[in-house]
Amino acid sequence: MGWIEWQVGSGLNIASILLVVIVVAAMLIWVERRLLGFWQDRLGPNRVGPFGLLQVVADMIKIFTKEDWVPPFADRFSFVLAPTIIMIVILLSFSVVPFAPGVGVVDSNVGVLFVLAMASLGAYSVMLGGLSSDNKYALLGSLRAAAQMVSYEVFMGISLLGVVALAGTFNLREIVEVQENGWFVVPQFVGFLIFLIAGVAESHRLPFDIPEAEQEICAGYHTEYSGMKFGMFFVGEYLGLVLISSLITVLFFGGWHGPFGIGLLPPLVWFALKASAFIAFFILLRAAIPRPRYDQLMSYGWLFLLPLSLINLLVTGVVILAAN
Amino acid sequence: MKTGAQSATHTASASRAAAEHLVSLFGERVLAQQVTVDDIPTLWFARDTIVQVLTILRDEMFAGAKFEMLFDLTAIDERLRVNRQGQPASDFTVVYQLMSFSGNVDLRLKVPLQDADLCLPTVTHLWPNANWYEREVWDMFGIRFDGHPNLYRLVLPPTWEGHALRKEHPARATEMEPFSLDDAQTDIEQEALKFKPEEWGMKRASDDSEFMFLNLGPNHPSVHGAFRIAVQLDGEILVDAVPDIGYHHRGAEKMGERQSWHTFIPYTDRIDYLGGVMNNLPYVMAVEKMAGIQVPDRVKTIRIMLSEMFRICSHLLFYGTFAQDVGQLSPIFYMFVERERIFNIIESICGARMHPGWFRIGGVAQDLPQGWDKQIRELLEFMPPRLDEYDAMVLNNGILKRRTQGVGAYTTQDAFDWGVTGAGLRATGFEWDMRKQRPYSGYENFDFDVPIAANGDCYDRCAVRVEEMRQSLRIIKQCVDNMPSGDYKSSHPLTTPPRKEKTMQDIETLINHFLSVSWGPVIPPNEVSMAVEATKGINSYYLVSDGNTTSYRTRIRTPSFAHLQMIPAISRGFMVSDLIAIIASIDFVMADVDR
Repeated sequence: MGWIEWQVGSGLNIASILLVVIVVAAMLIWVERRLLGFWQDRLGPNRVGPFGLLQVVADMIKIFTKEDWVPPFADRFSFVLAPTIIMIVILLSFSVVPFAPGVGVVDSNVGVLFVLAMASLGAYSVMLGGLSSDNKYALLGSLRAAAQMVSYEVFMGISLLGVVALAGTFNLREIVEVQENGWFVVPQFVGFLIFLIAGVAESHRLPFDIPEAEQEICAGYHTEYSGMKFGMFFVGEYLGLVLISSLITVLFFGGWHGPFGIGLLPPLVWFALKASAFIAFFILLRAAIPRPRYDQLMSYGWLFLLPLSLINLLVTGVVILAAN
Repeated sequence: MKTGAQSATHTASASRAAAEHLVSLFGERVLAQQVTVDDIPTLWFARDTIVQVLTILRDEMFAGAKFEMLFDLTAIDERLRVNRQGQPASDFTVVYQLMSFSGNVDLRLKVPLQDADLCLPTVTHLWPNANWYEREVWDMFGIRFDGHPNLYRLVLPPTWEGHALRKEHPARATEMEPFSLDDAQTDIEQEALKFKPEEWGMKRASDDSEFMFLNLGPNHPSVHGAFRIAVQLDGEILVDAVPDIGYHHRGAEKMGERQSWHTFIPYTDRIDYLGGVMNNLPYVMAVEKMAGIQVPDRVKTIRIMLSEMFRICSHLLFYGTFAQDVGQLSPIFYMFVERERIFNIIESICGARMHPGWFRIGGVAQDLPQGWDKQIRELLEFMPPRLDEYDAMVLNNGILKRRTQGVGAYTTQDAFDWGVTGAGLRATGFEWDMRKQRPYSGYENFDFDVPIAANGDCYDRCAVRVEEMRQSLRIIKQCVDNMPSGDYKSSHPLTTPPRKEKTMQDIETLINHFLSVSWGPVIPPNEVSMAVEATKGINSYYLVSDGNTTSYRTRIRTPSFAHLQMIPAISRGFMVSDLIAIIASIDFVMADVDR
């Protein structure tokens, strides 16, 4: 790649990944609104700059210049801490994502476990945000969030184990390399579906935005947040969306490899294309599906997804054993 | 036309038969019998006998007919009324209007009260919906109902002084002291609005858990306006709820006593602000009945056509927000496309979109413009396939079904007890539509079905309304195909504004014209109640004329008022999310509730 030596973990690598990831997450605010507008027979933001592209800039100026306000009744320390947690853990998760050969922050041999661990920590952000607000709506939201995120982590973890068993490694980069001649979405289709559903639940977006449920509990855990602290929750959600899409690409869709061994495009472009497709899919999901009730989501998870993911793991294990 | 005339005479003769029967049944207990132009039997009873009489009427009548529903309960401040011939002496009259579905008759009962002793026994044990009606009468007239469980103010703020619908209470802010709100008073008002569970007989904790009291509203994304429900929660399970209304009160009934008969019309548009001219209809028909105006067939058909368009608009907005409250973001945006088309048609006919105020006493404001039917025919082509698409998207969606089926269900008997009408009543499987049962404005000439459902839950209430849109399209098509020719205004002298052709030819017409456009028409003394099948249920105007240019008493009975009162009864034991679905499925606007 040109005259710069691209190496996993180089300073330039880290800086550019951090920059790109945050810019992409911020741009998604515009992308989502435009796409929703397109699907809903309306225009979406199109006033600021060409095609409304500078809407993000306008939003950022607004968010940065707003008064940094903490409600007098809130617990100040955890109130400020909560939105930073979500930003930090998701950005940390990106460190193990292999974007392309030579592009990445860390080449960890426990990458999968690291991502799961960070996802668990993310639950604290939402819980603390709701609890520290001392607001009844926020409390309901964080209760819902805690139950939902802790439950769906379980299925998320189990759904990944099939991939890990097939690849024989926890290293995400090696998982991508193994997929050079065949993506894991074929043998692990059930695992893919479960991971997709659990991924939406983890990033609590519609249809699983139960902790925020605007129509019910008015934005739930971040009801009391405004300004930059709200902005961190907001961008954190989009970062989560990018992360889940990247992980699906890495784990099930061959990462930077083109389909059927086609190498036509540079690896990074393949990766970006696949991840973008999933991001668009998640936005479409939001436009299309109503929200289940909280207890329905829970029973769906524990009574349907859990047995299904266990059976998937069992069958995968049997097939691997038989093949050996 | 024939069937309509027959059914009209049937209703009138049934009413007479009912009146005779009641007079013979109650004998000496009947203080007086009053004749009103709307043919509703009107009997006066003393307050000692009223509960006994109401109990008999609810439980047993004649030939299998009962009065199942307390349709309305209100009062009249009689102290300034001149034309009261044949009525017992009374300072304040409490009026009960009962409705019999089995016998298809109405009945009006009146109780005279003297200023010194304004109280009478409650009937909340007979009909639970009497609760809010009695609170409203207490609020507006200061009449006490002995034995009422929570006789607090309902519509006006708890700190309000005076009773607004009494004649001595000012009607305009300019008649009062300039309004100011200092910090001390702000604190008092805030404190008065605080929800105190003990006042409503609620406990703060059960044996094993502490309850959370959550203020849902007055500003909340899903309460469709300014409406507060204080909910008592055990976790996310709803133990009890207290709806709190009045945040959207404008004093529409008081305005009715101030505006002339003609200038009150645009105010009616804003009662159910999604119903547009549908609100004008019961009002102008009530005035026409008192004035003795027969409107031409063309007027009737134009009125039906526009009313049905507004029914579709209102139902579309309901459909979209219903889906949205269950968490589906997109449908409302698609539905606004049709709504926009219909508003364009309405604008091209009436000149305004949401509140045209276009019906007049004795007609409509203008004739239909040239080429009026082109856009409507396009709409009739455009809309049905899109409605099918919406079904695929909303009604047939599995998640939406799981969220709404079996949630907030009630039976037909519950509906009667709570005064539920319209789609909420038909969703329980009871086929009752004013347009069929008591056709008005020429509905008897139209071919349409009354959709019903079986379970009376949130899903069914939505499904009934969706089917009603298709039926409304059928009615509109028949209007377009068979629009009668003729006048858009009656030639009766009380028609407002009156016809101008002959004003320069004879002095009589000139004088009439001059008076009607300067003072407004003088409507002969009478009482009338006129109900229509409005977008949200049965909307009725009860007007009392004292032979003046303004109404003596304007009572607006709105469907949403009755429906909101039922929320706690049908949502106990469900979760917060279900409460939102229930609220969405009721289809109310707060302007219609608070008036």
